[in-house]
Amino acid sequence: MDLNKLLKAMLVALPIMALSACSSTSESETDATSAGGADGSATSGEVREGQGGVEIGGVNQVLTPQEQQRLKFQELRKEHIIYFDFDRSEIQPQFAEILQAHGEYLVEHENVRVMIEGHADERGTPEYNIALGERRAKAVAKYLQSMGISPSQMTMVSYGEEKPLDVSRTDDGFAKNRRAVLVY
Amino acid sequence: MKILGKWLTLIGMFCALPAFAALDIVITDGVDESRPIAVVPFVWKGAGPANKQISDIVTSDLTRSGTFKVLDDLSLPQRQISRLEDFDPKLWQNVAAEAVVVGSIEPVGNNQFKVRFDLIDLVKAQLQDESKPISKGDLLLDGRGETIVPEVAFRRYGHRISDIVYEKLTGIRGAFLTQIAYVVVNHGQNKPYKLMVADYDGFNENMLLSSSEPLMSPAWSPDGKKLAYVSFENRKAEIFVQDLQARSRVKVSSFSGINGSPVFSPDGKKLAVTLSKDGQPEVYVIDIATKAIKRVTNHYAIDTEAKWFPDGKSLLLTSERGGKPQLYRVHLDTGRIRRLTYEGEWNLGGAITPDGRSIVFVNRTQGKFNIAKMDLETRFMQVLTSTRLDESPSVAPNGTMVIYGTTHNGRQVLAAVSVDGRFKARLPVGKGEVKSPTWSPFL
Repeated sequence: MDLNKLLKAMLVALPIMALSACSSTSESETDATSAGGADGSATSGEVREGQGGVEIGGVNQVLTPQEQQRLKFQELRKEHIIYFDFDRSEIQPQFAEILQAHGEYLVEHENVRVMIEGHADERGTPEYNIALGERRAKAVAKYLQSMGISPSQMTMVSYGEEKPLDVSRTDDGFAKNRRAVLVY
Repeated sequence: MKILGKWLTLIGMFCALPAFAALDIVITDGVDESRPIAVVPFVWKGAGPANKQISDIVTSDLTRSGTFKVLDDLSLPQRQISRLEDFDPKLWQNVAAEAVVVGSIEPVGNNQFKVRFDLIDLVKAQLQDESKPISKGDLLLDGRGETIVPEVAFRRYGHRISDIVYEKLTGIRGAFLTQIAYVVVNHGQNKPYKLMVADYDGFNENMLLSSSEPLMSPAWSPDGKKLAYVSFENRKAEIFVQDLQARSRVKVSSFSGINGSPVFSPDGKKLAVTLSKDGQPEVYVIDIATKAIKRVTNHYAIDTEAKWFPDGKSLLLTSERGGKPQLYRVHLDTGRIRRLTYEGEWNLGGAITPDGRSIVFVNRTQGKFNIAKMDLETRFMQVLTSTRLDESPSVAPNGTMVIYGTTHNGRQVLAAVSVDGRFKARLPVGKGEVKSPTWSPFL
């Protein structure tokens, strides 16, 4: 099962690595393609892996449904990063549970404050990416606010393209950098 | 082989390693169209071997301008001449160049040197008619008599000579006595973000600020004495103005949300900035002395990246109000705003040429980000570069060259392209990533 996943991940990653290996030639320029197939599937692959772990940890027949939910959210809260599509700032459905887990926690702990960082990939200009990163941070804040979290519990900062997680400048790297991070 | 011929590497003589490299600029295109010129190594008039050379600086400058191609000095018919009087037109009949630079350096003690040079009109010399010989003095295009140059000012004087030669031959003021401000990032270091200033060719690099948090958007004051920039040192974006020589700085803007994209007005008294304190990113003008703020744009889409037109009455800016980022011009008195760009998917990050007639910006076409130029009257747009992930174009104060940030072999580096798109060069880096270059005014 795990081997199978690894294999799938490699099938996605290897062509990307091959492409990036000769990135100075114009044919292999990957600026354009990242919103599409390759990196999209890489991102969702990562997410599945995270959620798979969560499901295994949550199965415990002795627990009440409430307790199960609590444990599940506790696991989900370990994930602090949610990812975005190119030039987009909508929260994608697969990240709703992570945000719900953080939201429940923040509602229960009114004196806990969270910093929401918005980030962008390296395409476009630094200034435009600052604006885009803020839009992503705001999308997260709005989502949490709709769950009843007080705006005073949240601060936001946009780092634009200045703090990349992955500096490979491949489609895969770009996908990792388009993110919002919850920092407690 | 043909391609190899286009790749010219100049190796400098100093060993300091600036973050963006003076040492081995790689000219990637445009040498074929350059105008040939001869620079004779300046004659050393001291005892012992020469320990200073100034013609190397002139050679590098002229080559880097993209306008000139300097002949290999070993191929020149006379190499020990330092003034027009020593120049023998007969020997130079078959040299394909339009002008010759000759000069001398004489050490006079106290780390000072006497430098002189002549710029000789080779075209006129070669057109001489045997029956009507013209006097040698008519061949002198320009030059300077003996000038005392202290050692610390040596490179400056070299650039000065380049400026004189360039202006005499092209009619355009040289921009060799200028500097570049830029940001260097060394991921993994304790203080990875550094704000740097260097001569336009990468020499005399100085660090203005280093920080554990990002530094962005350096912008020169019109007198070249201050830099505005954005620092995240307090875990939020804030705009500072730093005096380069006094090493002091003031915080100009620290509202909640974005404080970004500062740029000085032509009179140096105001900053156009991007703030999101009222919701979306909008362009504002801040009076630096009084801190009074005037809002310029008001739209639910992103407005940012303002630049002043030379008359100080209107701004170029990037707006997403049409759905995707495009460039607009807004008039400060009326607030009237007009879209300028339509070609390609996105156009953003604009700069304005010193004559105010053209804009240089980042164009996204089929997902590729390159530097483009548009004539504001004809609306003719030309993509100038073919490098990858281009951003942050900045125009030289004489309007001939654009420096910009790009990605080469997976790293952020600086590159230059002439405004006509013919000459292209890459400035390879020492260590780390180099970004956000900003060309100074004439200094």
